[in-house]
Amino acid sequence: MGANSCCCGCIDEKLQEDRLREIIGKYINTKGALIPVLHEAQTINGYLPESVLKEIAAGLNIPLAEVYGVVTFYTQFSLKPKGKFKVQLCMGTACYVKGAEKILEKLKEKLGIMVGECSEDGSFSLDACRCIGACGLAPVMMINDDVYGRLVPEDIDGIIEKYRNMQDVVQDVE
Amino acid sequence: MVSLTIDDKKITVEEGLTIIQAAKRVNIEIPSLCYIEGVESIASCRICAVEVEGRPNLVASCATPVSEGMVVKTNSQRIYDARRTVLDLVLSTHPLDCLTCEKAGNCKLQDYCYEYDVKVSSYIGKKNDYPIDDTNPFYYFDKNKCILCRRCVKVCSELQCNNTLCFSERGFVTHVSTPFEGKLGESNCVSCGNCVSVCPVGALMPKSRVKFRTWETRQVKTVCSFCGVGCEMYLKIKGDRIVGVAPAMGPANKGLLCVKGKFAYGFVNHPDRLKKPLVKKDGVFEEATWDEVLDIIADRISGIRQKYGPQSLAGLSSAKCTNEENYLFQKLFRAVIGTNNVDHCARLCHASTVAGLAATLGSGAMTNSIEETLNSDVIFVTGSNTTEAHPVIGAQIRQARLKGARIIVADPRRIELSKDAEIYLQIKPGTNVALFNGMMNVIIEEGLQDKEYIEARTEGYEGLADTVRSYTPERVGEICGVDPDDIRKAARLYGKADRAGIFYSMGVTQHSTGTQGVMSVSNLALLCGNIGKESAGVNPLRGQNNVQGACDMGSLPGDLPGYQKVFNPQALEKFEAAWGVKLPDKAGVTVTEMLAGAEKGNIRFMYIMGENPMISDPDINHVEKSLKALDFLVVQDIFLTETARLADIVLPASAFAEKDGTFTNTERRVQRVRKALEPPGEAKADWQILMELMKKLGYEKTYGGPSEIMDEIAGLTPSYGGISYDRLEAGGIQWPCPTRDHPGTKYLHKESFTRGKGLFKQIDYVESAELPDSEYPYLLTTGRVLYHYHTRTMTGRIEGLNRISPESFAQINPVTANRLQLSDGSRIKVSSRRGEIFTKVRVTDVVEEDVVFIPFHFADGAANYLTNSATDPIAGIPEFKVCAIKIEKAD
Repeated sequence: MGANSCCCGCIDEKLQEDRLREIIGKYINTKGALIPVLHEAQTINGYLPESVLKEIAAGLNIPLAEVYGVVTFYTQFSLKPKGKFKVQLCMGTACYVKGAEKILEKLKEKLGIMVGECSEDGSFSLDACRCIGACGLAPVMMINDDVYGRLVPEDIDGIIEKYRNMQDVVQDVE
Repeated sequence: MVSLTIDDKKITVEEGLTIIQAAKRVNIEIPSLCYIEGVESIASCRICAVEVEGRPNLVASCATPVSEGMVVKTNSQRIYDARRTVLDLVLSTHPLDCLTCEKAGNCKLQDYCYEYDVKVSSYIGKKNDYPIDDTNPFYYFDKNKCILCRRCVKVCSELQCNNTLCFSERGFVTHVSTPFEGKLGESNCVSCGNCVSVCPVGALMPKSRVKFRTWETRQVKTVCSFCGVGCEMYLKIKGDRIVGVAPAMGPANKGLLCVKGKFAYGFVNHPDRLKKPLVKKDGVFEEATWDEVLDIIADRISGIRQKYGPQSLAGLSSAKCTNEENYLFQKLFRAVIGTNNVDHCARLCHASTVAGLAATLGSGAMTNSIEETLNSDVIFVTGSNTTEAHPVIGAQIRQARLKGARIIVADPRRIELSKDAEIYLQIKPGTNVALFNGMMNVIIEEGLQDKEYIEARTEGYEGLADTVRSYTPERVGEICGVDPDDIRKAARLYGKADRAGIFYSMGVTQHSTGTQGVMSVSNLALLCGNIGKESAGVNPLRGQNNVQGACDMGSLPGDLPGYQKVFNPQALEKFEAAWGVKLPDKAGVTVTEMLAGAEKGNIRFMYIMGENPMISDPDINHVEKSLKALDFLVVQDIFLTETARLADIVLPASAFAEKDGTFTNTERRVQRVRKALEPPGEAKADWQILMELMKKLGYEKTYGGPSEIMDEIAGLTPSYGGISYDRLEAGGIQWPCPTRDHPGTKYLHKESFTRGKGLFKQIDYVESAELPDSEYPYLLTTGRVLYHYHTRTMTGRIEGLNRISPESFAQINPVTANRLQLSDGSRIKVSSRRGEIFTKVRVTDVVEEDVVFIPFHFADGAANYLTNSATDPIAGIPEFKVCAIKIEKAD
C-alpha cells in the first residue's frame, strides 16, 4: 500500500477522484480488469468506499452487484477504512493449529477492537486473513509489510507498543 | 451428433449438450438444485454427480458435455452416497421446519432428502441467523433457508439482467444480498419475481394472503393477460381462488415473467368484480337477470336500428378478450346489426402500424419472433420503453446485449434501456421521421445500403433516396435536438450490421403522423435488407394481451377477419355465404369517429366490451360528453369502470382465468387460454354473452365452446386456416398458418413480401399537430409505467402495485423545475387547451428541459384530459405523444 493509505481522508478529494478516473481509464478496454482496478483503487485511501465502487462499476460497465460480490469475496479488499497500521493475523490451517486463536484474543484485547474494525483514532485495524504463505513461521501476523512469526501471546504487547511509539513520533513531526 | 450410453440406454444427441440435458431426452431425471434450463450451468450444488466410465471421480452432469462413446451411470451406491453427503452438508445450516414452511411440497431439498433418506444433518455446528427481509411488497427473503445454489443471482443477472442480487462474502458467511447489504425494498429490484420462481427452497417466497399447501392446489397452464408478450404461465388454484403464478417455458417468455404476470393475479378474485347484470334506473344501477337485460339490449338495438339505420350503432371490441370473442363481437355488428362500425383500442396504439406496414410490406405485424432477438447483432429500440411496457421482451433485449448485440436507443426519455445502449439519442417527441430520414441519409451517403436486396426485393428506392437527400445529419440534429455525429454513429451501426432488428411501439405510432413514422421505420429496414431475415425485422410491440388477435379477428371498421377488406367483393361473398346474411360493404367508423359521431347524434347506441375510454382515450372531457349523448350505452366488463358508470346496462363478464379461448401475442403466436375458475356470481364468458345476445336478435347460430368458434374462424381466415384447438394443445402457432400441416411462420416475408415487393415510401418530416407556444409553453408526452396496466381496472386493485406506484406524477427536468420553483412532490396544475389535472412533480433528467411526461394509467390526474385528439388522417390514431401544456404550482 502506498504512503497515502490513511483513513482520515487527508488527501484532497479532487485528487482522489482524478486518480480513480485515471485508474479506470487505464483499464477501460481490458477484459477481466476488475480486480487490478480494485487493487489500484484501494491504494488511494486504503479501502473501497461505496462511492468508489459505484464509480468503478459505471466506469467499467460492470454491474455494481458483481463488483460488490468480488470485493466482499477477497479479504484483501475492504469496504471499511483501515488503520495506519494494518494488523493481519493469519488464520490459515497451519497458524490455526499452532494457536493463532490465542494470538487473536490477545490482539483484540490489546487494541480494543474486534476483527474487521479500525481503532477510533485510526491507528490500528485488525483482520484475520487467509494463509500468507509463511506456514513455516506459524502462527504469523503482518503489520503493514512487516511479518512476525512464531508468535506467542506474550509477544503482542511489545510489538504493538513499537508501532504506537512510531505513531507518536510521526504525529510529533507533523 | 454424439452417441453415448446413459444407464444402458443408447442415445444420439447434438454436440454441446451436457449430460443432464442428454439424460432428460431419454426421460432420465438427474437431481439438481442449482441447474436452470437455458442458463450456463453454475455447478455449485454437486448433487447432479454421475459416474462416467474411465473417469476416476464423479462428475457434475450439469457441467460436463457429452462426448462420443461416453458411458454414463446416474445411479449407483457411490452416486447415492455422494448425493447423501451433499444433502447432509446443505442441511447442516438449513432449518428443519418443513411442518410450517410454505414451500413444503414444492421444495427440492425436501424432495431429495426424502428420496435419499437424509433426516437430519450429521454436521452439528453454527447455524445461520439472518433477519428476514420482507421489505418488498410481493415476496420475502429468508436467508436462513438459502442453500446458496446461486439460481436467484443467475436469473437476476443473466436472464432478467437487473443485477439486484449478488453473492456476498465467502466461506460460512457467504450469502445472497444486494450491493452493500441494502434492503430489497430499497434496491433497484423490479419485483419480477423470477428469483422467487427459481428458488428451489423456501428462501425467496411470494407473500400470500391465503394459506395453502402445494398439494391442495391444481395448476392450469394459460397465457398472461397483461401485455402483448404472451408469456405462458401456470395458475395455481386452491378451491375457487388463484393463490399463485409460476412461469412456464413458453416460447415468448422462456420461463420468465414480470411483476404483473407473477404477482398481480389478485384482481381475478377481487370482491369488486361484477357478479350480476346491472340496469340503470333513474340514474342508479339495479341488479337484473340476464334474460331481462338481454331483452332490453336486443329491444334497443332493434329500435334504434329501425329508427336511425344500422350506421347509428357502433361497438368497441376488446384487445383484452380472446380471439373467439373478438370474432363474435364483429360478427354481431356486421352480420346481425348490419354495420361495420366496430373498432377497438388498437386504433389508439398500433392502427398506424397496421396501416403503414400493410402498405409497405403487405402485413401489419411484428415480422420476427421474440426469441430471435437473442441472435441479433444490432437492436434498435425507438419509441418503446420496453423494460416497462413489455418487460419480458426488455429482459431478452438485455440478454442479447450480454451475448454481444449492440443497442441503439432513440427515445425522448432516458429510459432504462438507454443505459444498455451504445448510442442513445434523446430526440424531441414527434421527430422520429426526421431521425429515420437522417439515418437513411447517412446510410446512402456512405454506401451502407443493401444494394442487391433493394434491386431484387423492393420498389421505389429512387424516390426514397431523393427524399432523404436533404435530411443531412446537421439538419436532423437540429430538428431532433441531438448531436449530428450520434446520428451518423447510429446509422453506421445499424447500416453495417448483418442482422439488425428494430423494435418500436407507441413512441412511433401515436402521432398525427404515425403511419408515416411506421412507413419510415419500414424504409430504414428495407434499405438495409433487414426484412425477411432471421433475428432482424421490423417489430412493432403490441400493447395489450390480444390486440394482435383483435385486429386479426376483424375488430376494425374496414377489415373482416384476416384483414380481408369489407369492400372486397370476393371476401364479402365468402363471409355472406358462411354467415348466411347480407353484409355491409362500406367501411365503418373508428373509435375517435364514433365518439365524435355520438356527440353529433349520428351514433345513438354503443356497445363497449372490455374497454375503458373514459381513461384511455384522448380528451376525456370530450369522451364523457359523447358517451352521455348516446341514447343507449352497454358496457361489458369485469369491474364497474369509469366508462361502465356511464352505461345504461352493465354486463358482468369473465376474466381471462375463467374462460377458454386463444390470445395472439405480439409475434403473431396464437396461444391457448384455459379456464381455471368459474366466473363469480352470474358473470359469464364474453363469448357466451355475445352468442346469447345474437340469439335474442334472431341469429340462431350456437357454439358448443370456443373451439367451435375457432373452427369457424379458421374456415374464413386464411392466415388462421390451419389453426385448431387440438393443434394448439401442443403449443402456440404463429400465423400465417394456412393449412393443417403448416407449422406456422417464425418470420415474415422470407422469400417475398406479402405484397410482392417491399415498397419504399417517400416520407417527409411534419411537425406535431400542437406544439408549445407562449400560452402553453411545455411539451407533454404520455406513456406507461411497469407497475400498471392500461387504465388500472386490474392493476389498481393490487395492493403491492399501488404501494410501489400509487398515483399519477409528472416527470419534469431539473432546469424546468428550477425555473418554476418546483421540487419533488410539489403539487401542480397541468392544463392544456382541452382540460386540466392536478398531479405531483418528480424532478428527473429522464426528460429534457421543457418536456413533461405523465403516465396515462391513473383516473385521478388522468393525462388524457390533456391530450390532443388530433388524428393521423390515414390510420385515425390520436396524437397521444405530443401536446402543449402549461404548469402552475398548486400548493
